[in-house]
Amino acid sequence: MAAVKETVDQVREIDVDQYKYGFVTDIETDKAPKGLNEDIIRFISAKKDEPQWMLDWRLDAYKRWQTMQEPTWARVNYPEIDFQDLYYYAAPKNTEGLKSLDEVDPELLRTYEKLGIPLQEQEILAGVSEENRVHTKVAVDAVFDSVSVATTFKEELKKAGVIFCPISEAVKEYPELVQKYLGSVVPVTDNFYATLNSAVFTDGSFVYIPEGVRCPMELSTYFRINEQNTGQFERTLIIADKGSYVSYLEGCTAPQRDENQLHAAVVELVALEDAEIKYSTVQNWYPGDSEGKGGIYNFVTKRGDCREKNAKISWTQVETGSAITWKYPSCILRGENSVGEFYSIAISNGRQQIDSGTKMIHLGKNTSSRIISKGISAGRSENTYRGLVSAHKKASHARNFTQCDSLLIGDQCGAHTVPYIESKNASAVFEHEATTSKISDDQMFYCRARGIGEEEAVALIVNGFVKDVIQQLPMEFAVEAQKLINISLEGSVG
Amino acid sequence: MLEIKNLHAEVEGNKILRGIDLTIKAGEVHAIMGPNGSGKSTLSYVLAGKDDYEITEGEILFFGEDVLEMEPEERAAVGMFLAMQYPIEIPGVANMTFLKTALNAQRQTRGEPELKTPDFMKRVKELSAKLNVTQEMLRRPLNVGFSGGEKKRNEILQMALLEPKFCVLDETDSGLDIDALRIVSEGVNALRSEERSMLIITHYQRLLDYIVPDVVHVMSQGRIVKSGDKDLALELEEKGYADYTGGAAA
Repeated sequence: MAAVKETVDQVREIDVDQYKYGFVTDIETDKAPKGLNEDIIRFISAKKDEPQWMLDWRLDAYKRWQTMQEPTWARVNYPEIDFQDLYYYAAPKNTEGLKSLDEVDPELLRTYEKLGIPLQEQEILAGVSEENRVHTKVAVDAVFDSVSVATTFKEELKKAGVIFCPISEAVKEYPELVQKYLGSVVPVTDNFYATLNSAVFTDGSFVYIPEGVRCPMELSTYFRINEQNTGQFERTLIIADKGSYVSYLEGCTAPQRDENQLHAAVVELVALEDAEIKYSTVQNWYPGDSEGKGGIYNFVTKRGDCREKNAKISWTQVETGSAITWKYPSCILRGENSVGEFYSIAISNGRQQIDSGTKMIHLGKNTSSRIISKGISAGRSENTYRGLVSAHKKASHARNFTQCDSLLIGDQCGAHTVPYIESKNASAVFEHEATTSKISDDQMFYCRARGIGEEEAVALIVNGFVKDVIQQLPMEFAVEAQKLINISLEGSVG
Repeated sequence: MLEIKNLHAEVEGNKILRGIDLTIKAGEVHAIMGPNGSGKSTLSYVLAGKDDYEITEGEILFFGEDVLEMEPEERAAVGMFLAMQYPIEIPGVANMTFLKTALNAQRQTRGEPELKTPDFMKRVKELSAKLNVTQEMLRRPLNVGFSGGEKKRNEILQMALLEPKFCVLDETDSGLDIDALRIVSEGVNALRSEERSMLIITHYQRLLDYIVPDVVHVMSQGRIVKSGDKDLALELEEKGYADYTGGAAA
């Protein structure tokens, strides 16, 4: 199996503590003063040249945030965050008003090149071997600290009627759409981090797929936090109008730093009648070193609304990075017959802490949802699956299937499963299956007795464990995700 | 080919092997018989390099090389193979994937090129047909939900594919009905050659009707207490192990 071998070769090249994307880009930055107050929010809004309604929306959120408490129910431990000791806006200089890729700072282009992200408008090649390479176009929006530095294939997408642009641009260019949908899935008051994000969000992607359009290519956004002591607050809004389809991928990396960095994003998805959104994430924020120093605090609110009948939203996530992950991509199944899916691989190693899962909220008749969660814990990490499945009174014949598997590598890590199931309708059928297993010594011995070395054996067993979820990723990214998984588990045996 | 000299091994302080001496030449098939707890399976695990056993004395040489210094995967690559009594299940890993990974890992260790996929498929197809291993079994996760007989046939398939020089078969007959026993035995016999040796561990003489050994050893309390030709197995079948355990007849 070439993929396994390739991943193992890749693993060998990398030292235990070496995070591949840990470099810092040396670039002149425009920053807001440290700390958070109304003036900072006005500063951000002015930088983005926003209309008054957007500023008012932010200020309302800020007022609300000041009355809120940080949530403490998640199974994660970290020192108190001083929200006044952060920068809320940092942007590479000379990124305003660029007309084309040619005008982007070459240092930034090199950064994305190093990250393996194509900012040239060309077909990308992915795949394990020559014969099964996939030729596809992927449109990319690259967000660097607080601003979007480039968006590719914009013109080609426009011809199909698809809008794909930085959200800061959408606020100015498509105010009706933004005003109609922003905050309609994750309300301003939703939770501490979402409210903070509403006040200070800087950039992110905006996608609108018009009625009946199948988006002609994969859309993706790559988030990069570069500046020290800077929070990244991105906001993504995707609207799939009636009968449309879009597949979207999000990737994230950050430099290796001793301090913790805060990332608090909000992603809202709206799927109207017969529309489908497939949202995939490959999260590879810097996880901190093996002793738990540094790393990203990732507090993210992601939610999709199947607003009308027959809508479908599918979340797939591969979580390998961050010191702390607090993330529950969810689906509100409002429309009749709507479908929500959540496929997740969450890997923790070193001192990483993950509290992640999903909420499937069944409001409409005949709605169905499916949850497949695969947690892998190694090192001294803690990995918690937390999931809610609920059926409203009117959600007759709602169905859910949940499968939640944990795999432990070594004996110093923890795996926890916290399912919440609430049904107010007697015709709802919810199924839950959970397993916890260890890569057993017997499995390792069996593989080794057949000639397979230790690291390759772990890769083989783990790849078998996560196969159901990897299959859900767009093919171009499945290979990448598989490699990432093996790299994340580097040094977990022996 | 294989020399075991004065081998002593223990698990958590319990002495299990108490001085095994055994020499197997190229092309020979040896059988080890003996009562439960005599150390037969321990010997097979020690040969394959399982972690849990501490070797306190003695040595194992394979073509003159010190086996005890080798990792299990290195032993496999130089041509040692253990068909296990209880083959392990690995969920999510297709049997075919496992076979290919193992074969290519061994070839890589030996500095040989990987077998190309079409050649590999052709080879697996030929061998699996002989062992009555179905295409469906090749697609299923390794050993998951396999019946006892399927697991054992799959072990022999691995053995045939990996082409080891020395094979240990640990109670390969246990859990097999008469038809499965015949298929497995035919598979093993097909692998007998001048260059390949085997060590067959069993409780019962029955298997040795199908796979006729050159030498039969009786093992008791961690030692080889008697060796003879194939008639020794028949004698044991008739009289039991009582003469060798020092106790009353079972």
